[in-house]
Amino acid sequence: MKILIVDDFSTMRRIIKNLLRDLGFTNTAEADDGNTALPMLQSGSFDFLVTDWNMPGMSGIDLLRAVRADERLKHLPVLMVTAEAKRDQIIEAAQAGVNGYVVKPFTAQALKEKIEKIFERVQAK
Amino acid sequence: MALSKDPGQATAQEFELSLKEHAQQLVELLEKGQFGEAILVIHSINQARDRGLYYEVGQLTRALHNSIVNFQIDTSQVLGEGSEVSKISDASDRLDYVVKLTDKAANRTMDLVESSAPIVSELGQEAYALRAEWERLQRREMAAGEFRDLYKRIGEFLEKTEQSSATVSAHLNDILIAQDYQDLTGQVIKRVTTLVHDVEESLVNLVRMAGQVDRIAGIDHAKSSQDTKKTSDRGEGPQIHADTREDVVSGQDEVDDLLSSLGF
Repeated sequence: MKILIVDDFSTMRRIIKNLLRDLGFTNTAEADDGNTALPMLQSGSFDFLVTDWNMPGMSGIDLLRAVRADERLKHLPVLMVTAEAKRDQIIEAAQAGVNGYVVKPFTAQALKEKIEKIFERVQAK
Repeated sequence: MALSKDPGQATAQEFELSLKEHAQQLVELLEKGQFGEAILVIHSINQARDRGLYYEVGQLTRALHNSIVNFQIDTSQVLGEGSEVSKISDASDRLDYVVKLTDKAANRTMDLVESSAPIVSELGQEAYALRAEWERLQRREMAAGEFRDLYKRIGEFLEKTEQSSATVSAHLNDILIAQDYQDLTGQVIKRVTTLVHDVEESLVNLVRMAGQVDRIAGIDHAKSSQDTKKTSDRGEGPQIHADTREDVVSGQDEVDDLLSSLGF
């Protein structure tokens, strides 16, 4: 299970990386915005994407749309971990095809639940 | 800022009053056919308007000057005499400092957590292994040779536990100390908030004065179209008053409710 963590703040990437490690996911890579993440996703064999929304360069929602528009990546599970908390934005992300949405500040438990739920669904398919 | 609550109001009223008086006079003179004197009245109306205008422009300039001077005073207090850094760039320097400090504290905390976690987990694993052996001993399933091994391992484990707990509690202390940024950043942010408030107040005063000048001068600005386009794709960042806003969720539970209502 290879996971890409995309956030412009290195501390947030590190927190998510540590929480993922705690959940048994040790194979992670990091990117600081959509522009660096997309080529990594296209060339690497990632199984899961965790992304922030608000980032310089390409935002998380644009990254999500780019992933869904890419023939080889469109089935990649995407979890959004973001401070964006407007209802419209959550609906927008859902319409863009997000698999899970965690608002910051979040708990380790919330992140764990969402990730497990996404994997359950992916495996059920 | 040393401005009256409603700058220019008095000037405007004065001008309007004199305009009314002169208008009447003007009509009378025109009716009587005294055009020369009528022109003089028009001239004095113009003069009254110009006087008000110059007065307001003067006020405006003084207010602007005052706010600039105030900024400089504040800056020199902060950065020492002779500094020519503007208050705004000082404020962004200060906020950069907050970012740096919080970043450092977060990384320091995570370093300590990351170095504590394996120590604790190693102790746990060793305790788990020893307990299995201990239970065998209690059930008298242990040979004398094995017991000597266990005896030695328990001695080593106790020593290791002592060292590890000292290390971890030192780390916990350091984690505690790493939170001292809150005090420093709190002070810096309060100062910047005060600056923003002051600048806003100065701007509001300037706008109000400019409005009076426009009124006296009879200038009518076409309302600039309000740019209300949302920056939705870029994102808005954390919502501060989430609990009082209808369009914002106030936590993960509400996100989950919303998503499940959408069929997630």
